[in-house]
Amino acid sequence: MGVSTRKLFRDDAVVLRTFKLGEADAIVSLLGRQRGRYRAMAKGLRRTSSKFGARLAPFSHVDLQLIEGRSELHTVTQAVGLHLSGGAISSDWAAYTAACVIAEAAERLVPEDHQPDLDVFQLTLGAFRALAETDLPPVLVMDSYLLRGMKSAGWAPSLSECASCGKAGSHRAFSVAAGGAVCGDCRPGGATVPAPASLELMRALEAGDWSNATAADPRQRTEAAGLIAAHFQWHSERPLKTLKYVPHQT
Amino acid sequence: MYDGALGDLIEELGQLPGIGPKSAQRLAFHLLASDSADVERLTSALERVKAQVRFCENCGNVTEAEQCGICRDPRRTETLICVVEEPKDVLAVERTGEFRGRYHVLGGAINPLEGIGPDDLRIRQLMVRLQKGETKELILATDPNTEGEATATYLAMLVKPMGFKVTRLASGLPVGGDLEYADEVTLGRAFSGRRDVD
Ligand SMILES: [Zn+2]
Ligand SMILES: [Zn+2]
Repeated sequence: MGVSTRKLFRDDAVVLRTFKLGEADAIVSLLGRQRGRYRAMAKGLRRTSSKFGARLAPFSHVDLQLIEGRSELHTVTQAVGLHLSGGAISSDWAAYTAACVIAEAAERLVPEDHQPDLDVFQLTLGAFRALAETDLPPVLVMDSYLLRGMKSAGWAPSLSECASCGKAGSHRAFSVAAGGAVCGDCRPGGATVPAPASLELMRALEAGDWSNATAADPRQRTEAAGLIAAHFQWHSERPLKTLKYVPHQT
Repeated sequence: MYDGALGDLIEELGQLPGIGPKSAQRLAFHLLASDSADVERLTSALERVKAQVRFCENCGNVTEAEQCGICRDPRRTETLICVVEEPKDVLAVERTGEFRGRYHVLGGAINPLEGIGPDDLRIRQLMVRLQKGETKELILATDPNTEGEATATYLAMLVKPMGFKVTRLASGLPVGGDLEYADEVTLGRAFSGRRDVD
């Protein structure tokens, strides 16, 4: 089948990761505004003369023209850079490792089925831009992303009401298996009792309330990060393998 | 599908990078039609490469001795160490004729999404080398793409506090590509114009 008979389409997408393919080609894992998550081939991407340059680097936001593939794999024919976050992110170790977790989580949150998920698309784009363009602590950007991503997928930890009975209030106990904060009556065995300030920080992160989030002390950040990671991994039923590279807070 | 020896050969060839099922089949039939002597030379080359070629104990480059030719060459200095991802990058830098120091081959780049972290590369061996006190400058010549940059970032973070001069190849090297595809002139220019990592 000739190229001319295949359909062209356009989409703006964030690059989640690239895989080397053969001598100089690459497969790009994308999260598109209109097409959801999919993969595309970028021919000659790894040659220094590549017409794509650095535009298809991980964490970039690009305007793409693609040829629809017969199987699941499309082919990129043109790429215009909108936000080239990859360079700034990879020059900061904390930002880079946080971005890797976000990319892995995005692949978990959005199945590869071409269904648009505008919420997660915007969250992912926003998180990469925040890592590249702001001074926000990368770990907080990552934790905020994980919480909001889970919320959009419908399995965020309950923070303002009991995860079991729905009773409103700032409950003290937290159970990943039960779905978040739990009241005294519903509290299952194995529930932890984090510092109230840690749950406060999680509410701030979920709301994108950066002034309160950045004011939290390191112990609360560490505790909240642990709960968020545990919740994400429990409810998506697999570990996030990139998490172990994120540097511990000092 | 082919069974038996032919099927096995096609399957093995198909595991090689850049070889699809069709190419694997074509190669297998080519070998089947070749002279026995030709095939014996190929099998013996494969056996010898596995038996004789190893990685230099100092720098990780390929060699048939304990140390590679560059590490054994008394005219090359340990004062300057150029860090690259793969042995083929050593060749690319050697072609420029710009460099008289030695190399350190990491064996890849950091890529958390593929499960490759700092501990999976020859970074610990680099630290051991640096502790000998002969080295003044580390040139980070990892690929000019996201993983290569992240690897350079990690190494700089590790090594700069130890007091070494750390430089990165100058921009002007096309971004996004593999180092091995850069031509000698561009790479040579990137080398002589290398800048301090801050
Ligand atoms: Zn309850
Ligand atoms: Zn050597």
